[in-house]
Amino acid sequence: MIHLSRIATRFTQLQQAQRKALIPYLVAGDPRQEVTVPAMHAMVAAGADIIELGVPFSDPMAEGPVIQLAHERALEHGVSLRDVIAMVAQFRQRDSDTPVVLMGYANPVEVMGPGVFAELASDAGVDALLTVDLPPEEGCEARQILASHGIDTILLLAPTTTEARVEYLCKHASGYLYYVSLKGVTGASHLDVNSVRDKLALIRQYTDLPVTVGFGIRDADSARAIAPLCDGVVVGSALVDSVSRQASAGVTEIQAMLDPMTGLLSAIRSAIDTV
Amino acid sequence: MTQQCYTNQPDAGGHYGPYGGRFVSETLIAALDELERSYAELKASASFLRELDHDLAHYVGRPSPLYFAERWSQRAGGARIFLKREDLNHTGAHKVNNTVGQGLLAKYSGKTRVIAETGAGQHGVATATIAARLGLSCQVYMGEEDIRRQSLNVYRMKLLGAEVIPVTSGSKTLKDAMNEAMRDWVTNVDDTFYIIGTVAGPHPYPMLVRDFQSVIGRETKLQCLEQTGGLPDALVACVGGGSNAIGLFYPFLDDASVAMYGVEAAGDGLETGRHAAPLCAGRPGILHGNRTYLMEDDNGQIIHTHSVSAGLDYPGVGPEHAWLKDVGRVEYVSITDDEALNAFRELTLVEGIIPALESSHALAYADKLARRMTSNEVIVVNLSGRGDKDIHTVADIDGIEF
Repeated sequence: MIHLSRIATRFTQLQQAQRKALIPYLVAGDPRQEVTVPAMHAMVAAGADIIELGVPFSDPMAEGPVIQLAHERALEHGVSLRDVIAMVAQFRQRDSDTPVVLMGYANPVEVMGPGVFAELASDAGVDALLTVDLPPEEGCEARQILASHGIDTILLLAPTTTEARVEYLCKHASGYLYYVSLKGVTGASHLDVNSVRDKLALIRQYTDLPVTVGFGIRDADSARAIAPLCDGVVVGSALVDSVSRQASAGVTEIQAMLDPMTGLLSAIRSAIDTV
Repeated sequence: MTQQCYTNQPDAGGHYGPYGGRFVSETLIAALDELERSYAELKASASFLRELDHDLAHYVGRPSPLYFAERWSQRAGGARIFLKREDLNHTGAHKVNNTVGQGLLAKYSGKTRVIAETGAGQHGVATATIAARLGLSCQVYMGEEDIRRQSLNVYRMKLLGAEVIPVTSGSKTLKDAMNEAMRDWVTNVDDTFYIIGTVAGPHPYPMLVRDFQSVIGRETKLQCLEQTGGLPDALVACVGGGSNAIGLFYPFLDDASVAMYGVEAAGDGLETGRHAAPLCAGRPGILHGNRTYLMEDDNGQIIHTHSVSAGLDYPGVGPEHAWLKDVGRVEYVSITDDEALNAFRELTLVEGIIPALESSHALAYADKLARRMTSNEVIVVNLSGRGDKDIHTVADIDGIEF
């Protein structure tokens, strides 16, 4: 019997329905620990197909100011990789279908040890790991350990990635590919649709895996522009910003804190469903 | 006895044993590949090397003297202590050896803009200096806390035409400045050359910064032979990121008779946790593009460091040092703020040389080491920078306001 992963199942379903994946991102433990699991469920209710859960790190080098501050807030509450894994386990009590991808930096997993991580994460129902600062050249061993526990390794491709390297990365990726739409940090605003189109065409020559696009997608318009070119869009900073604005405005009730964020996510869902 | 070779690192992927490597986001891989290629080409280019040597001689003022600190040695009453006078370089520290080299790389690669991170401000000043000379636009990232501690260097950079960008994230010191410089580079990778100031960061930076700084050790070897008739018995240098130390050590690594000591900042004392000594009290991890010893907690978060000297206030260390520690070629030790301040005052009084607080850590350890050695033996201390920039810090400690 072939066992399909949650991610593969999800993309197969989307393809059959001719829909694009909507992939929201949030930082685990931001603005408070108890917000994260309700936020994940709310995201699913608002149309999320896959959730990328950011693992807080003290030095998030690829992030713009919005997500940097989210990492700092989460760390103020002492949120660790173990806590993040526990949040996924809690999420799984009510949702056994929505894939969850942990996104973060190499060091927390390095310190825990890839073997320990893979076992805990797999037990909790984590589907994939995306490590911003771990190119496949350095992550070979970790990738094999994760694969043996059924955890995919999501790799990034960038505007600067050469064709030879696109081929190399496609060979080592699993789950789906994540194309970083622009040269810059998360939340930047200089998205160039034409350059994304050209690069995705190139990437498609080397892989049958779904290709998603992130960085710089902030609202319904930008999502509508990008969605026809790819299999899914990742939205991060705009959502993180929405929740943090509510929190800093003094809203403490979780539902009310999340409402504007889920509203934005629903609007993006509608936008990409009409393309 | 078989002679082990210590000068064959890194491997093709930039690894020093298990350390080093290239842990960066995908966007930067192409830029690092390009840098590696252009460096390999230029390293073999006679005209590049001629220009580099010319600039080191006539702009930096090399070779820097190797000075026998006779009165200071007598006071310690053991080995003879020589000071490699990197403080006499243009801009007042060893940092310029590297920025001259990387500045030329930027020029030959056709980049119009350079960026840098800085802690004490010495690397920022050295970068701004070279940018002024080469007509490149220059932005320097500096932690807010360091801007406060090093206002003199901030103003120097401004006079040199550089823009100093305050970094307010995280601990507001060198590590955060480096994060911010990386973010800038990833955004402006087409026209920008990132001049990293120490032997850290992703491959090929630790290698090329080492190569540019190795002029220190090459000169020292010749000068020592000339002045003492032999090789030194011990080398001592402070280690923050570790560029002045590797610059002094590297040409001696395969000389088995030469002992080497890298001196980290023990801050308030290793036992207090308030220090910046990853090799002495940290453990391996991944930060800023390489695997190395780090100051980190059980969850892999980088922890705040403390040292009276801004230039040593960094939670990581160059990956080659991590390897040299593991293979046992270099001994890594630590010196507290107080010990460094004592050395600062003593060298000033006894030799008329005001050392940087960073270098004062090396001096303080050399003083201890000399007492265990005889007057037939020779220690070379890398006096990596001058202390003018630290006058405010020391005056503060003395309760003096200007």
